[in-house]
Amino acid sequence: MKAVTRRRFLGFSGVAAGALALGATALPWSDLLAAAARDPRPDGQGVLVVVTLYGGNDGLNTVVPVADPAYVRARPDLAYDPHEVLPLAAGLGLNPGMRGLEAVWRQGRMAVVQGVGYPRPDHSHFRSMAIWQTASPVTPSGAGWLGRWLDATGDDPLRALSLDPVLPPLLVGERSAAATLPLGGLPMPQGRLGEALAALGLPDATDDAFRARVAQSVEHLGSIGSSLAPALAGRTPIDSTELAEQLSLAADLITARVPTRVYSASLGGFDTHADARGTQERLLGVLDDAVAPFLARMAGTPAGRDVVVIVYSEFGRRVQANLSDGTDHGTAGPVFLLGDRVQGGLHGTMPSLTDLDAGDMRPTVDFRDVYATVLDGVLEADADAVLREPRGRLGGLVKPPV
Amino acid sequence: MKEDQQRLLRLWWLDRMTAAEDPCAEKLTWFWHGHFATSEAKVDYPDLVLAQNETLRAHVRGDFRAMTRAMVVDAALVYWLDGQANLVGAANENLGRELMELFTLGLGHYGETDVKEASRALTGWTIDPDLRVTEFDPGRWDPGAKTVLGRTGELDAVGLVDVLVARPESADFVIGRLWARLVSSTPPSAGTRDVLRRAYGPATDLRALLAAIVGAPEFRDGASVLVKQPVEWAIGLMRAVGVRAVALTDDEADHLVIALQSLGQLPFRPPSVGGWPDGIAWLTPSANLDRLTVARLVLSRADLRPPTSGRLDWARDVLGVETWSARTATALDRLDEPRELLAVAAISPEYVVSG
Repeated sequence: MKAVTRRRFLGFSGVAAGALALGATALPWSDLLAAAARDPRPDGQGVLVVVTLYGGNDGLNTVVPVADPAYVRARPDLAYDPHEVLPLAAGLGLNPGMRGLEAVWRQGRMAVVQGVGYPRPDHSHFRSMAIWQTASPVTPSGAGWLGRWLDATGDDPLRALSLDPVLPPLLVGERSAAATLPLGGLPMPQGRLGEALAALGLPDATDDAFRARVAQSVEHLGSIGSSLAPALAGRTPIDSTELAEQLSLAADLITARVPTRVYSASLGGFDTHADARGTQERLLGVLDDAVAPFLARMAGTPAGRDVVVIVYSEFGRRVQANLSDGTDHGTAGPVFLLGDRVQGGLHGTMPSLTDLDAGDMRPTVDFRDVYATVLDGVLEADADAVLREPRGRLGGLVKPPV
Repeated sequence: MKEDQQRLLRLWWLDRMTAAEDPCAEKLTWFWHGHFATSEAKVDYPDLVLAQNETLRAHVRGDFRAMTRAMVVDAALVYWLDGQANLVGAANENLGRELMELFTLGLGHYGETDVKEASRALTGWTIDPDLRVTEFDPGRWDPGAKTVLGRTGELDAVGLVDVLVARPESADFVIGRLWARLVSSTPPSAGTRDVLRRAYGPATDLRALLAAIVGAPEFRDGASVLVKQPVEWAIGLMRAVGVRAVALTDDEADHLVIALQSLGQLPFRPPSVGGWPDGIAWLTPSANLDRLTVARLVLSRADLRPPTSGRLDWARDVLGVETWSARTATALDRLDEPRELLAVAAISPEYVVSG
């Protein structure tokens, strides 16, 4: 059976490559370029970049408890030796695929929140990812957690952008949804066709709610196109992995001070039931090659210093290796937060590798507390209202703006 | 190889939907595909996926009990939800849980104990690795008594389905799902609901239910609106202008698939066992460009006979739209070229939202 990937979760493949193949570079409605500077994001206003790792990243081989005898015992062939990992803290090392992020760690701009999970873990990818994306462990079928933030914050279509062509559930609210910005840009038709399309974006008194919404989406398409045009004009896509392309695009938009507060990108393939070590190390290398250069561009710049990246996966993997040099679906795992506004270092408590719950680590931090911390600290939102219950916060994890 | 088969299967169904003389059967099969949502992303055996599709089609005008009995032992669904890993003494609750949550009852109408007991009833089914069909292995079945929703017995898969679909909440669940996808996002009036319940009845009669839905005043009410799902929208357009999927070149078919992917919907690839979203999730700004891509591609293959005057009325007739709003009429008036005119008409609010 093939690995579960992000595309497997979302159900699609080859989208970005296809979008590029369709040929789309020039941004449309370029005569509206002048409008782009009308609403720049001010200093101090936080930006959240969400990176979803689909498939269930093996947390234990990401932030590795090399000195724990239980770790070595559980994974005779999968365990890393102390000299193989990148040193993080006493007894803990980072996966060797993550050299760029090790440097970020040394700069104090990388936080590792340990043991993050949710109550009564579900080992299904789909359900577990739905739980993470909706922040609703009991009924994970409603609005996404950032979709609810969108519901609570008005109407501007630029507030959240998915750099994946298909909207992830986390960005769909009850009344609003994020916009998608395909890597190929938004190739607006020109001439009369373009004019006719733009004319569809006007409201009409006879519209029902859905038709009004279609018209509004056309209008938003135009305004997104014009707002993003300066950031995208003359932009040369980098020739790299899809995630690196996505984050490079985000960096361009952030640097141009586009008013977007939330970006979403993703990487799939972490379902390492077999031959885990090589696959995971390669994928973490892809993550590293995308995130580290992104952070380097943001570091210390006026437009980039309020950016916080959060990296998560739907669950960790079993402590015990299986018989195929892989690991089966587990529970708790580390969540990374990165950026100038992040208090680097270890947060939360590493779960015990011996006091297990049916072979799985017991989560020590509820993922909704991490969400609450970034909703408050980065998006200046009423986190408890968005999450619909009073949640804890991880004190000191996100710093206020300078 | 497998990718080629998946590609062929996708195009086969898209073409069948564009060509079918009984489009209603295809629309209903499409509905049930989204209900018992199974994805080739995990079930990467095109023969299993095709077999499930045929099974669903055979039941669309039958009864829900028989359809669900067939589905719980359908090889694609069993594999999708790890049913073959569910055996006596080592339960896997994936299928049992989704059977109650997503297929028959809906959240809130069962408890965790019911899930565990239901999963015991579903034990015993394996998949023959060569023939790719499910087989019942009595040695893997849990023969003990199970209690599901207050009913106790030595339930097996069929017995469990019978218990579940006999619940009154199951009737409302099935009626609600069909209503929300065929008629309106607004639930039926109390009067209509009673008529629908009677039609569905203890026989779980889907044919009678569909007849009652079509006969409901809401069905003919222009205020009942639905956002067309991307595939339904594309198929509707292709049928309207007489373009079959097989009439497309390989390149065009690939572009159609890419645009549908970008819109978020491809046959046999639901995003999860919960099926596809509905309503505003389809109405992103960039979706307008994807729809325009599909419309232009389809229309480039259409044999159009536009009149010399009255083009807007012609476009209305071709697409089956009741009236153009002043906004859309103004937009369409800018266009002389009939293919461009129809392409923009096809992405207009009046066509993207069905009345």
